[in-house]
Amino acid sequence: MSTVEAPPADRVDSGAPLPRGHGLGPWLVALARRAWRQLTSMRTALVLLFLLAVAAIPGSLLPQRNTKIEDVNQYLRTHGELGRTLDRFYLFDVFSSPWFSAIYLLLFVSLVGCLVPRLRDHVRALLRQPPDGPSRLDRMPAYVGGTGGDPEQFAALLRKRRFRVAVRGTTVSAEKGYLKESGNLLFHFALLAMLIGVAISSWYGWHGSRNIVAGRDGEICNTVPQYDDYGLGARVGPGDLPPFCVRLDRFEATYAPNGQPTAFRAHVHYSQGSSGTESPAEVQVNHPLRISGAGVYLLGHGYAPVIRYTDRFGKSQTSVQPFLNNDENLTGTGAAAFPDANIDPATGKQDPNDQIGFQGVYLPTMSSTDMTRGASLHPEERNPRLLLVAYKGNLGMDAGIPRSVYTLDESRIASGRLAKVAESKALRPGESLTLPDGSKVEFVGTRAFVTVTVRHDPGEMIVLGAAVFLLAGLLLSLWGKRRRIWLRVNGDRVDVGGLPRTDYPGFAAEFDEIVQAARKEGILR
Amino acid sequence: MSDALSNQLLVVTVLAYLAAMIAYAAEFAFGNRGAVARAATRSRERELVGAGGPVLPDTPVVIESAPSGGRAALFGRFAVALTVVGYAAHLGTIVTRGLAANRVPWGNMYEFVLAVCFVGATAWLVLLARRPMVRPLGMFVTLALIVMLFVDAVRLYTAAGPLMPALNSYWLKIHVTAAVTASGVLLVGFVAAALTLIRMGYDDGKRWFPCSLGNRLPAAATLERLTFRVHAFAFPIWTFAIICGAIWAREAWTQYWSWDPKETWSFISWVIYAGYLHARATPSVKKTVATWIAVLGWATMMINLFAINLVVTGMHSYAGVK
Ligand code: HEM
Repeated sequence: MSTVEAPPADRVDSGAPLPRGHGLGPWLVALARRAWRQLTSMRTALVLLFLLAVAAIPGSLLPQRNTKIEDVNQYLRTHGELGRTLDRFYLFDVFSSPWFSAIYLLLFVSLVGCLVPRLRDHVRALLRQPPDGPSRLDRMPAYVGGTGGDPEQFAALLRKRRFRVAVRGTTVSAEKGYLKESGNLLFHFALLAMLIGVAISSWYGWHGSRNIVAGRDGEICNTVPQYDDYGLGARVGPGDLPPFCVRLDRFEATYAPNGQPTAFRAHVHYSQGSSGTESPAEVQVNHPLRISGAGVYLLGHGYAPVIRYTDRFGKSQTSVQPFLNNDENLTGTGAAAFPDANIDPATGKQDPNDQIGFQGVYLPTMSSTDMTRGASLHPEERNPRLLLVAYKGNLGMDAGIPRSVYTLDESRIASGRLAKVAESKALRPGESLTLPDGSKVEFVGTRAFVTVTVRHDPGEMIVLGAAVFLLAGLLLSLWGKRRRIWLRVNGDRVDVGGLPRTDYPGFAAEFDEIVQAARKEGILR
Repeated sequence: MSDALSNQLLVVTVLAYLAAMIAYAAEFAFGNRGAVARAATRSRERELVGAGGPVLPDTPVVIESAPSGGRAALFGRFAVALTVVGYAAHLGTIVTRGLAANRVPWGNMYEFVLAVCFVGATAWLVLLARRPMVRPLGMFVTLALIVMLFVDAVRLYTAAGPLMPALNSYWLKIHVTAAVTASGVLLVGFVAAALTLIRMGYDDGKRWFPCSLGNRLPAAATLERLTFRVHAFAFPIWTFAIICGAIWAREAWTQYWSWDPKETWSFISWVIYAGYLHARATPSVKKTVATWIAVLGWATMMINLFAINLVVTGMHSYAGVK
């Protein structure tokens, strides 16, 4: 921290008058130059830093599309006009909004404008000899006078202490602590490198998420249509995703007695490219699987009830759909749809209003004392029960609109196009419910599912490297100390002066020590 | 082993800090106001007359000598002893908690605040050993510790339990230890900044509370410099904590940065503290303004710790507070 000399970046003289009466051209040039100087001043950097901090606040208070799109939609539904207004100002996409981008881009322009001259000055200082001392060394913050003195000997003494030394006739000039400014520049350039890394991440990265049900039929492959939710960087097309497939064999969770999970393990098989050879692997929270430059992350898990429906013509179909968790004890809600139920085998025709769907709640551990409690007591399957509500009618699945597999169409239930026909008691695995038309639904059991996100992020290593340099630069810059020492022989007289160029309370002690050493070697008496 | 012992030790900790605060306050009240001022001039003279030694007329004086003796100093020494007692109990609280939970004792918000205060107390004792002159600030440091620990015990207490799988990573030890360390040191930095402002206010002729306390505080330049040094020490640690958090996030949540509310506020604090360092390095920005920025930085740390943990939910919802 330079307190003795103003940092070069702060030489703003925004008060300089603009030239007048020389036509528009020079005036514009002067205006631009002035604006540039203003932008690259330390004060502007400060203001922009503040704006950046303030601009980030709404992003932490309102749900953001990039992380919680469901919450954003919910907010928009419940807040009407207010929500739409907030949305118009990008308040649900703060960190990709034009105004947030404008602030950090201006900050980085200001940074470049500030760094380039500083780098030039610093390189010059590194190439140059330490500058000659002021004429009156006794005016320096640290000073001692005496007699004797051999400049060369003093220079050698300082060189041993890793000062850069220049001897000009009877004057020794020495300086140390250039690493402080080098570190500071390194730090600021690392910030720029980090921005570049982030940009590469957002242009060339991609990610997708999906629930994978255990079993061969649950396998997913790395293609856009297979993901429930995905994002491709600006320079990535669906064809750019590397081909690989992942299948869940078995999922293992261990729990503490209070129900808190202690470990999750997903045993998977994966195959890369078109070879088809499968390799086993284990994915854990905090230990993603890395395939083809992408990471496969375990982010959640739950149960997918296996529901078998036997229609009134005796034909059976099975649904295995993940039930989404409502709570930490894995109370799940979900649906099973049978659009192809009740096709008359005689005619091969189906009354479209004869389709069947179920909405259900699954409790891995139902309370055995309080049967009205609709929530699981424990995430493990200790007393598993499935509650089903059966609906008959037109499921509306042929309409060609992609629909959620986690629920039936609520609007059809509300409008009566799907009519509730039966409600089960809490079914144990193996138990079944008979519907009024004689058809039957059986709760066969459950399979585990895991929620995975697959992500490829080509910028992350640049960002990490930049972060390491940033930290190194910061340490050098904050803890480094720049100081100068001069010795001048004037006939019989010797003056030694010292100047800490930065905040350095220990300078007096160091100076003192150098003086003592000089005395001991007889350079100074 | 249950956490009952840990809880009892926490009571001892808070009581000892409370007693220490009272003793610091007694020193503060009984110490003749001249003690500090005299020490300031004396050390200045010492440097000026130093036998043949270097002369440093222009640098602000950093006072290295201990406060003068007398009854007040007795209270002061007593206060330090009580602080050490509290500190030992504090260490015991954390260690027994770790034994009860059978893991590193900073897995939820209660434990986090406990550890932050411990680092704050450590920073204070180190400072005290290196610059005995700062002792009059003890009253404020212990006050800050007591408030934090009290809120922690009453509002955030959670029984010891195992870690959730997402936290079960060696990055927990690295990232959270760094965050705890930085926060604890910044706590002391905040106290120093607040006292700097009080003293500056006093020097500007303000006599109302709290500036009225200013006459017994070390010189504004000394405090201001102390504030800077503490922040310059803490800032890289905070930076390191954020970097480790990002590395961990990449392992646990797939992405090194996703603007989760906790991440966002860590970023805000980082930017504000960077603003403080810039402001202090800019000669045209007044030291008062720069110091206010440091106080603002601590405010954002507190918002991050309390408001974000308890009100806003994000992926960092490990506070464990029901
Ligand atoms: C991306 C935004 C920026 C951040 C996060 C940032 C951060 C920092 C930090 C943390 C420091 C203190 C550590 C040190 O002393 O090296 C610092 C110092 C410094 N920054 Fe920046 N900075 C930014 C932009 C700028 C800009 C735009 C300028 C130029 C106008 C600038 C000029 C300086 C100077 C001159 C110092 C050294 C102060 C001194 O020690 O004398 N910085 N910066």
